[in-house]
Amino acid sequence: MTTLSWAGGMDRSRARRLLQDYGVYAALLLLFVVAVALNGSFIEMSNLRAQLLQVTPVLVVALGMSLVIGTEGIDLSVGAVIALAAAVLPLYLGYGFGASLVVALVVGAVSGALGGAMVAFVRVQPIVATLSLMIGLRGLANIINGSSGKPVTDSTVADLGTGNLAGIPVMTWIAVVCTVLTALVVRRTTFGRQLVAIGDNRQAARLAGLPVRRVLMTVYIVSGVLAALAGVMLVGYSAESDPSTVGLNYELNAITAVVVGGTPLTGGRVRVLGTVAGALLMQLISAVLQQHNIHQSYQQIIEAALICFAVYAAQERGTR
Amino acid sequence: MSPTAVRPTALPPDDPAPPPAGGQAAATPLRERVAHQLQRRGAPVVLVLVAVIASISSSTFPTWSNISSILVGNNFVWLLALGMTFVIITGGIDLSVGSMYALGGVLGAYGAQHGGSLVALVLPIAVGAAWGTVQGLLVARARMAPFIVTLAGLLGARGLMQAISNEGATTYIVPKNSFFASLGSGTWVPLLILAVFFAAGTVLLARTRFGATLTAMGGNENAAVLMGLPVARAKVLVYLLSGTVAATAGALGAARLQSGVTTIGVGYELTAIASVVIGGTLLTGGSGTVGGTLSGVLLLGVLHNLIDSHFSQYGSAFTDLVNGAFLAVVVLLQTLLSRTQQLS
Repeated sequence: MTTLSWAGGMDRSRARRLLQDYGVYAALLLLFVVAVALNGSFIEMSNLRAQLLQVTPVLVVALGMSLVIGTEGIDLSVGAVIALAAAVLPLYLGYGFGASLVVALVVGAVSGALGGAMVAFVRVQPIVATLSLMIGLRGLANIINGSSGKPVTDSTVADLGTGNLAGIPVMTWIAVVCTVLTALVVRRTTFGRQLVAIGDNRQAARLAGLPVRRVLMTVYIVSGVLAALAGVMLVGYSAESDPSTVGLNYELNAITAVVVGGTPLTGGRVRVLGTVAGALLMQLISAVLQQHNIHQSYQQIIEAALICFAVYAAQERGTR
Repeated sequence: MSPTAVRPTALPPDDPAPPPAGGQAAATPLRERVAHQLQRRGAPVVLVLVAVIASISSSTFPTWSNISSILVGNNFVWLLALGMTFVIITGGIDLSVGSMYALGGVLGAYGAQHGGSLVALVLPIAVGAAWGTVQGLLVARARMAPFIVTLAGLLGARGLMQAISNEGATTYIVPKNSFFASLGSGTWVPLLILAVFFAAGTVLLARTRFGATLTAMGGNENAAVLMGLPVARAKVLVYLLSGTVAATAGALGAARLQSGVTTIGVGYELTAIASVVIGGTLLTGGSGTVGGTLSGVLLLGVLHNLIDSHFSQYGSAFTDLVNGAFLAVVVLLQTLLSRTQQLS
């Protein structure tokens, strides 16, 4: 930001605002340029495709997470829901892929509804409600699947994971559709306005007559369904379902993407495109670090520092 | 108000309270008192009940070998819940303790192998204190959400641990018969260490000005600032305390396991949070006791032990399922009870 001419009517607070609003996009562009400059083969289609495939499930989960965080909640159960959906999916493939997909998504919806009911009706803290689900559901997934990885050989599932449509992975198309829908919901629907209002001030929203409980339930259900969808994607991508490892740490990655993308944890604002940029940025960081053979351990340390920096930069000032 | 992941003030329930019917107005305070006591002391009551029932119904449960395995078989992980209690009382949260436990273990084992018992103790404590201080400064001075700061801490501390152990390829061994190894071996020494820690924690929280400041902060941070309490300093100290205790617990755990295990500690922060919540400490901050947390960890320990002995044929997955369900039920009950208190 220092390249801006201060004489041009650009004061500090305005610069701060710009950094808050567009910082994540700028960082994404900058890092992409750096990545290509460091390694020309980074821009090759095969590499970009691999990166997209990897980031897609995280992105899908992060979209649901951004809605939950918008209501000043948090959903720690998404990783376990991924595992549960991945465990359920192979059970019903005998009835065709469509049926098993529906079952997996319904399982996700029910999981989300459990968390949502605790948050909306009993007013349990979101972090504890979804924490208990996180522990319990992964256990359930392990019971269903017998704690060991099972290969999934179904052509439709494999196509979903590795197929292309117009040169772009099918999974990425699905993620794009999810992103557009989420953005439209947040910006153009009553429901979107309501969830932001609840995140801003639940009490005031309730007194204004908004259907607080219904909106909260819906948000957690959507998060559960999207997590289940990510679980199906991961089965397609890896052609196996291993409930003890699939979806591990996804809740943390999704929360990171949302927060780096500029959605405040205190609710009241959802930045859907920011979340996409946040997920892409984290993927790009780990890709660059990996390609330059920086050890996994140092990668984690650098990522941690970057998360802190990004959140600090995007923080709203004046809440003192 | 600082942006925290956990809202520091409890809101009234969604439903406006039904007006107490005529003649019952006098009974309401009693009901509230009962609810309050249950929420605060529910864990020890349930603990005693479960222990008594288990002792009557099982021949293996009340044996000394079984009791001692519950008490010290946790490799000092209970201490994470102790540190977490202090953080949660201020309305914050520390997700980094599981990674700090692993890091402390590797550092302790490294120190024991290359420097001796003193290094084995000082190194993890110093690193834990430094790490906790940085986290505390970010929360208190940079006003970042504790959830995010300690989430980054979780990643960073695990990365540092992996770096020290060469991506988990090197396992540092604690020399047998060293003073450091003796701290973790047997039953009595670990038990004594745990007792000292929990006793010190109780005194610190219930009997010192620092403890009172923490409780006041969690109750209403703005009010605490206006009263002139050293809120920012107390915040830094709380994360310092939590980091130090977690790293120390890891080092003692390494002394017990006789090596620095690199795969340890994943998800321990969640168990710690669960113990604290079960012990009656409110996640919104402002209320909680070390004794409650002790009941919480004991209750989880006893339940784990029972589930393991009765359902071991179903495997660890079933244990997770029961634990999750149990936690959900306890939290639901506590939330309902604390709501009863708010119906005034």
